[in-house]
Order: sequence, then structure tokens, then C-alpha cells
Amino acid sequence: MSGEKEKQLIRPYGDRKDDGVIQLSFVLPVPISEQAKEAAALVAKKLGLSHVLVSAMEKAGEDYSFFVVYGRTHMQLDYNAIEVPVVLHRKHPFDELNEVVRRDLGRRIVVVGACIGTDSHTTGIDAIMNMKGFAGDYGLERYPMFRAINLGSQVEPERLVQRAKEEGADAVLVSKVVTQRDVHKEDARALLQRAKEAGLLEKTIFLFGGPRVDHKTAVELGFDAGFGPGTKPSDVANYIYYRLLERMGRAPAPQKTAHGTQDATVPLTGEKLGETL
Amino acid sequence: MPQLFVDADKIARARDLARSAANGVQAFIDRHTTVSIERTVLRLLGVSGAGTRGAPLANLMVDRLREAGVLNRGAAYWLGRALRASPGKDPLQAIERVAAHPEKLPPLAPAEEEQLREEMRADARAAAGELQRRVEQRKELKGSLKVGSFEGAPWKYVIVATGNIHDDVEQARAAAQQGADVIAVIRSTAQSLLDYVPHGATTEGYGGTYATQENFRIMREALDAESRKLGRYIHLTNYSSGLCMPEIAFMAAYERLDMLLNDAMYGILFRDINMQRTFCDQYFSRRICAFAEIIINTGEDNYITTADADEAAHTVIASQLINETFARLAGMKDELIGFGHSFEIDPAREDTLLREFAMALMVRELFPKSPIKYMPPTKHKEGDIFFSHAYDVMSDLVAITTGQGIQLLGMMTEAMHNPFLMDRYVALKSAAYVYRAARHLGEEIAFNPDGIVARRQRAVFDEALALLDEVAKDGMMAAIGKARFGDTARTPEGGKGLDGVVERAPGYFNPFLEILEGKA
Repeated sequence: MSGEKEKQLIRPYGDRKDDGVIQLSFVLPVPISEQAKEAAALVAKKLGLSHVLVSAMEKAGEDYSFFVVYGRTHMQLDYNAIEVPVVLHRKHPFDELNEVVRRDLGRRIVVVGACIGTDSHTTGIDAIMNMKGFAGDYGLERYPMFRAINLGSQVEPERLVQRAKEEGADAVLVSKVVTQRDVHKEDARALLQRAKEAGLLEKTIFLFGGPRVDHKTAVELGFDAGFGPGTKPSDVANYIYYRLLERMGRAPAPQKTAHGTQDATVPLTGEKLGETL
Repeated sequence: MPQLFVDADKIARARDLARSAANGVQAFIDRHTTVSIERTVLRLLGVSGAGTRGAPLANLMVDRLREAGVLNRGAAYWLGRALRASPGKDPLQAIERVAAHPEKLPPLAPAEEEQLREEMRADARAAAGELQRRVEQRKELKGSLKVGSFEGAPWKYVIVATGNIHDDVEQARAAAQQGADVIAVIRSTAQSLLDYVPHGATTEGYGGTYATQENFRIMREALDAESRKLGRYIHLTNYSSGLCMPEIAFMAAYERLDMLLNDAMYGILFRDINMQRTFCDQYFSRRICAFAEIIINTGEDNYITTADADEAAHTVIASQLINETFARLAGMKDELIGFGHSFEIDPAREDTLLREFAMALMVRELFPKSPIKYMPPTKHKEGDIFFSHAYDVMSDLVAITTGQGIQLLGMMTEAMHNPFLMDRYVALKSAAYVYRAARHLGEEIAFNPDGIVARRQRAVFDEALALLDEVAKDGMMAAIGKARFGDTARTPEGGKGLDGVVERAPGYFNPFLEILEGKA
């Protein structure tokens, strides 16, 4: 496909077009010295840079040196040959997600969460639901456009289903940490059975999370999705938003997204999330 | 020259309202105890080990007593009974025997009862004396060294958080050599929700390092050595928050930490910890901080990472006045209360620098004796590290000009990763430059009494006063139920840890509290 397009060769650019200039900074675990400075230049050269200038070497502690280095790269690439994977959904950052929920749904999304059965390990559900969130990622409670109801630990499936019904939940979030003798699967099945009886399955999104949970198992059990370790609240929030749009037949068209940016994609499966840990 | 443009009458009225809101809660606190308070008493009395699978002995003992329904008389009482009933026995086994059938224990004659209490009081006094000696050691070292970069410069506070305490030590030493005055070891994600304190040195954590007594000891020892070498005292801080506020405060005091994050409402709002539990725990932990002369840092900076910093500025002031009241009720001197706030107004707006000056000056002058803790921007940080440093320099400028006490420099990589060695280096170098360059700026400038700064202060304070009015009318607990703070509603029965709150029985005995309250 790329053969049909005209080539567009590009290089990093500092002062004059195609000069290949790159600035970088790093620390080496040695005290500052002429030898350390040479080591920094060598790092840059080994990275393939020429015209290397170590513009700063500073003492960042007795045993550490901080460097700012400039150099030129000779690599070039064909911009037109780059294929960006098309993903279903771009992940919205915090403020933007609130905005699109307001715009597309015109109301708050209601999420009810709990640890079911005998499980008292609420760390997972708390990390997703609480204000504070997890690893710098705000919890669902902090989203103005989400109403997050955390029922806590050891909640019986009946009670969770009943509460979800009362609250008109858009999504139910279930966490299971204890997995001895597959007790998590039994409890999960029991929950979905109750939900079916209560007529909730069609309306409500059911999500399953926990350290031993993967997307495949969750789907096999009858959930909409499974989320494993490393899942962030923003992943869950985005997933619920897109899933709701999908159910309304209003999912946005697939979009292009850059590789490796923090808000690139909404992970589609728990397995994928596990790998990012 | 005065930089506070709010009527003194209004300030006095706001303090009265905060006092009346807190007094109702204090009456509740004085009638209750918690599992964490009782575990702290046991730890003071020497119950510091862990059982099989790492469960702390203090937890095992307090859980037995709670299950037996007798915790309301105080763990120290039962420890005394158990040691009498089975002299020379292992204390856990002795407590288990007592707790198995507390009703079968013959009542003690009043003289015996009094003798038991006197014995436990003597033990507690000896242990508190040892604690006092360790605090004196800390003060002695600090007194013999230079503190901060110069008189009037905020202490430069940076965070380390590798997950491994030994790597943390390396990073902390480098930061100290780069000019840091305070090292904070960020805790592992969600440790605040654990109803126990992990035991021993730890080398794995997620997003931070577990707070354990052994980790405290390792880091303080390393910083003592570094302080002596540099001739400048390096403070250590951690988090007395979550479900184990009193225990962490005790461990921190024992291991000679200098500061602790400790807020009367943070756990309730941001961690959904039960409010009855938090109110009781914050009191006891602050009593310990008062005793051990540990500076607390309150958490108001968090409110404006949730709500809009411009619109929610008044909640910061109202909460600070409430935190002040609670801290004073716990016997804390103003010099130990480090109120928190932050430089957080959206940088896309105009004149944010003046609005930040207004807040920073108001907080500074409302609490003239307190070492105010000033947070750098976090909410509007994105991945551009170059701009991030420029943005932080503005907060450095406000900090030195307005005389903030402790300035956090740690969040330059917010929205990316925990700070790397080079990130801290650039932040510390820039802050040192700004402090030097603007050293006497604050003494030279006076703001227009009818200008943006003055009007902003008056508007924010009026809103804070209105909020305190509502809180005093509704009562603290009901006000939190109405989401008056941090945009979050919590109920007195909701959240984690309520089952760890116990109403004191008439014969409740807590020899540590007696010492802390100055009654023994």
C-alpha cells in the first residue's frame, strides 16, 4: 500500500531543516569528571548520534552525574509509509471523558460495585471506585459525570443485584480476589443468574475484576468484560462509556491513534492490561 | 506591611464557628476508642512483633478482645489481667486465655484493680520515657546542624518511591546531596486501606514503598548519617493516614521521624474511611504528634485537585480552620501544624499568579506560627517535563515571596511517572535559584488594598465563612454527608473501619492516653 504513496522523508529538526538535532538528558551513576563526560558522549555516540556536544555535566549527588547532550542523527524515515493502527476507541482523559458523557448521554453514569461472596479484599474495587484512585489515576467517585456506589466487601449476589436495580445502574463492577477452588467463578455465576432473573442482564453492563481475572474467562462466564491487574479507573470509566454508546447504537467511528501515548487506547481486554504491568 | 485584607472580626468569627463544629465531634471522640488506638497502646507496652504469616501481634490480640466484646475496657487493662493470670507466659497466649472466657474471670477486689492499673501505668510511663528520649535524640541532632538553605527559605521537600527501601535510601541520599531538606517516602498504593501495619523491611511495593517501622528505621539511620556528613539536617516524613493513623504516628515517633501527613478529614473524603473511625484516630495520632513534636501536614491541597482550584479555594480555608481546631484540641502547638494548600489554578487562565499570591498570603497570615506546606501544581500537569519545570518555578516564586514553610518539589513528573533522579535534581537546582534570587522580595512588595489580590482574599474568605456557618449549623458529620468538602458525601455509618470503633465502658483504661492528655 505504501508503494502507491509518494515518499516523504523526514528527520528530526533543530535549526536547519534535516539537521537531525536531538536533545537528551540522563544520569550516569559515577561522580562528575572528565572521564564521566566522555562516558556521556559515548552514550550519545552509541545511540548513533554524531556532532555530540555534552552541554552540561552537573553533580547530582556524590555518585551521580547529570548530563544534557545534543547530537545529530542520520536516520531518516518515510512519513507516508507509517501505518497507525486503527483502534476502536480513543481513551479520553479525565475532563474530556466527563465532557463527552455530558454531551452524549446527558446524565451521570451509575456504577455499582462490590466484592461478592465471602471475599473481604476490597483493595481492587476501592482502587477503581474511590476518590483517590490508583497510581495517580483518579477513581470513579471523582468523575463528576459518574455516580459510583461502592457496597464494599462480602456482599451477597442478591443484594448487589437488588441495589443495582434500585439505583438504575448502567454498570455493575464485581471484584474477586480469593480464587481458591474456583470459588470466584461460582460466585460470579450465581450473580449473573440472579441478574438474569431480575431482568438486568440486557440493560446493565457487567464487569469482572481481580488479580486472577482475565477477559476471556470473564466473557466465558457471561460478563461483558474482565479486568486484570494494573487496570486503572480511567480504563474502566472509558470502557463503560463506549459500551453504553455501543448499546445505544451510537458508538463513534474507529479512529487513528498514535503509538505509545498515554491516552492512546481503551484496553479491550483484561489480558492486555496484565501485560502492561 | 499587612498582606491580609480580611476583617479581623470575620476571622475571629470563622474560628468560633470551626470550634463549635469540632466540639460536637470531640465529645464523640472522648466517649470512644478504636482497634487502631488499642493496638497503639499495646505497641507502646512492647507488643511489637509479628506472628506466623506476618500478622502483627498487636492485631491478633486486639482482634481477640474485640471478638470477645471486651475491648471497651481497653487493651492495656486486659494485658494487665492476662499477665497476672498467667505470669511468665507468652503475652498473646495469655490474652487468648483471658479473651476465651472473660466472664469467667473473677472480679478483682478494688485494691487489686487499682494495683493492676498502677503497674500498667508504671510500664506506660517507662515506655513513654523511652519514646521521649528518642525524640530528644532527634532534636539534639537537628539542633547541632544547619536547617534549611537559609533563614526564611522554605524547606525543599522531595519524594522517593521505588518500592524497595534500600533503593529509596540511595535516591534519598542523592536528593539530600542535591539540596533537599525533607524526604518523603511515598507509600505503596492503597496501604491506607490496610487495617494493620506490615512488618519488617520491604523490597516490593506498587507506586511506593510500604510504611513499616523497620523501613522507617532504615531510612532515618541513613539520613542521620547523611545529615552529619552534609552538616545540614535532612527531615523524614511519612503518612499517618488511613486505618492506622495512631500506629503509624507511634512508629514514626519511635523511629524519630520529623513530619507526618495527618488530616482530620482526608481519609473520610478521599479514602472512604468511616468518619467515626477517622475522627477518633486523628485525635489519638495527633496527641502522639504533640508529645513527640512531630510536624503534621494537613491535606487541603487535595480538595483542589478534585474540585476547580479557583472555585473551591474557600473549602481549603474552611478545612484549615477545622483542622486547626482539631489539632489544638489534641494538644498541638501551632508551630507543629503544617497546613496544606497548593498552587493549582488552571495555567490557561490569566492572572493566576496574582490569585495564587492571594491564597498563599492569606494562608500564611491566618496561621502566622505554622510551617505552611505548599504543594506545587499537579492537576494541570501534562507530559512536557520542560514546561513542568517552568510552571513549578512560578510556585517556587510564590513560596519564597510569601514565606511558606515547607515546599514540595516532587511533582514535576505528575501524569508520567514517579520522579527520577534527574527530575529531582533540576527541581532542586531551580528552587535554590529562585529562593536566592527572590530572597527579600516579600519584604519589599505590598499589594494594592483594593486590587486583585485583596479582593480575591475577601471573596474567598466570605465564602469560607458561609461554609463554616453551615457546618456549625448542621454539625460536622451532617455537613460531610452533604458533600460540603472535596465534593464528596459520606455518612456516619458508611465507609471502611466502622466495626473497629468501640464505645468506651465506664472502667475504660488507657494509660498511654492518660500520659498524652497530661493526666498521669
